[in-house]
Amino acid sequence: MTDAALSRRGMIVAGTALGGLLLSGCDRLSQAPQALKFIDKAEGVTLGVQRLVLSGQPLAKEFKVSDISPTFKPNGTFTPSDPAYLAMEQNGFTDWRLAVGGLVNRPLSLSLDQLKALPNRTQITRHDCVEGWSAIAQWTGPQLGGLLHAAGLQPHARYVVFHCADNLGGPGDGGKYYESIDLFDAFHPQTILAHTMNNQPLAVPHGAPIRLRVERQLGYKQAKYVMAIEVTDRLNHIGGGHGGFWEDRGYEWYAGI
Amino acid sequence: MSDAVMPIDGGVPEVASALPTQTIYRHAIVVRATHWINVICLTFLLLSGLQIFNAHPMLYWGQYGADADPPFVSLGAVYAPDHSLRGVTKVGPIKFTSTGLFGVSHNEIRGYPSWLTLPASRDLATGRRWHFFMAWIFVLNGLIYLVSSAINGHFRRDLVPTKAQLRPRHIWQNIIDHARLKHPVGEDAKTYNVLQKLAYLGVILLMTLMVLTGLTMSPGVDAFAPGLMWVFGGRQSARTIHWICANLIVLFVLVHIIEVFIAGVANEIGSMITGRYTYRTGEGH
Repeated sequence: MTDAALSRRGMIVAGTALGGLLLSGCDRLSQAPQALKFIDKAEGVTLGVQRLVLSGQPLAKEFKVSDISPTFKPNGTFTPSDPAYLAMEQNGFTDWRLAVGGLVNRPLSLSLDQLKALPNRTQITRHDCVEGWSAIAQWTGPQLGGLLHAAGLQPHARYVVFHCADNLGGPGDGGKYYESIDLFDAFHPQTILAHTMNNQPLAVPHGAPIRLRVERQLGYKQAKYVMAIEVTDRLNHIGGGHGGFWEDRGYEWYAGI
Repeated sequence: MSDAVMPIDGGVPEVASALPTQTIYRHAIVVRATHWINVICLTFLLLSGLQIFNAHPMLYWGQYGADADPPFVSLGAVYAPDHSLRGVTKVGPIKFTSTGLFGVSHNEIRGYPSWLTLPASRDLATGRRWHFFMAWIFVLNGLIYLVSSAINGHFRRDLVPTKAQLRPRHIWQNIIDHARLKHPVGEDAKTYNVLQKLAYLGVILLMTLMVLTGLTMSPGVDAFAPGLMWVFGGRQSARTIHWICANLIVLFVLVHIIEVFIAGVANEIGSMITGRYTYRTGEGH
């Protein structure tokens, strides 16, 4: 009886001590570089499995007009501080040009009117923020795939990088927003450069004049204020080398989950 | 067999614990291994999940939901008349002050307090990486358990209640026994009782729902399996159900640990390590 009571008390004491040790140890372990390097392998597994099940390039769900969110929360940059951008915004983006370059045979420079004159796609889709919230809106714009076909990809092309006008991370090149996707997502039918949102010209908080829509990934991939598109064979020479503004700050490059 | 002290001439046993006991092999190696791997997974998944929750400490029903939409759950913060921060928790129609625990802790606006999140500091990126790494292990571990239990008969033999066990009178008796902390002896002690069986089957269902609602929050998975959105009523509903299931699993674990202590912590934990479980063969008198 006494032995049993003792062993029970011992177990409780040991269990509590172990639990406390585990919790504090957990926190230190959770940010240890070696541990993070190891668990980062999960991103590759997720990418591989999602690419397998999405190999038929199914569309993201498209909603009805009645499903559109009454308000769509802007996030990240609300107004870029770049004077050149603000000057273009004053002129209704008439002197804005989208540059398509990098590993292409015919570099392009397109005005907003030229983009609108291309075959456009309209889709009502859900925007999923990495923070957890969602909003639904209708987007209109030319398909990125069509633009890339027009520019003609070189054989080594693997990624499409979007250079943006906003400095979410503060002044200087290190604070510049940028994003990247691979050709699998670039040529998906729903991957468009949206210039119109809910039948209105894209507002500044939402990324005027154009933002990327890559519907099977999270919100931070939907680059706003796109100024230039660069086709490339690798990502390690751009920005912090991880393929995007948030990717350079620890987030996954593949944001399909 | 233990060295039981049998009562002589109708006397009481000298030592109450020295009753006749028997040791049986109760838990197969697959059950024991997957159980402890699950303990590690659930710990990391819960703490990193609360980190992810803190990035937007509100829950909604339906396809969409953000700041301007009415939340079903919110772990929020308001300024009190004296300009201090006050944590306010809202769950459906219920609203209460929760400063120090939910909404506001250490004078900082955050859904769950730092001691409940992994990492402790605000770090959504790292929380997500841990969550999805552990989610893969949790899914693989769960599949090993489910497939092996279906093949080796663990479900049918040990977890599915018998017809007799499902009679209301039996269930009621079982509830009373639990309330009185009375534990079965003899043949009854060798198998799970009906509440135990229902609790274990229930938590298996909850963990399955965790995975499915988690997947429904993935825009990639939604393109592949749009039926999930239909089943759970949208991404935001799935996020809310994910949170409800997490709460119920925490409740299960708390009851489970309390029951382990009531039933005998050394024997219970020992049996989940070695597989050998000791039970009393009779009341002793």
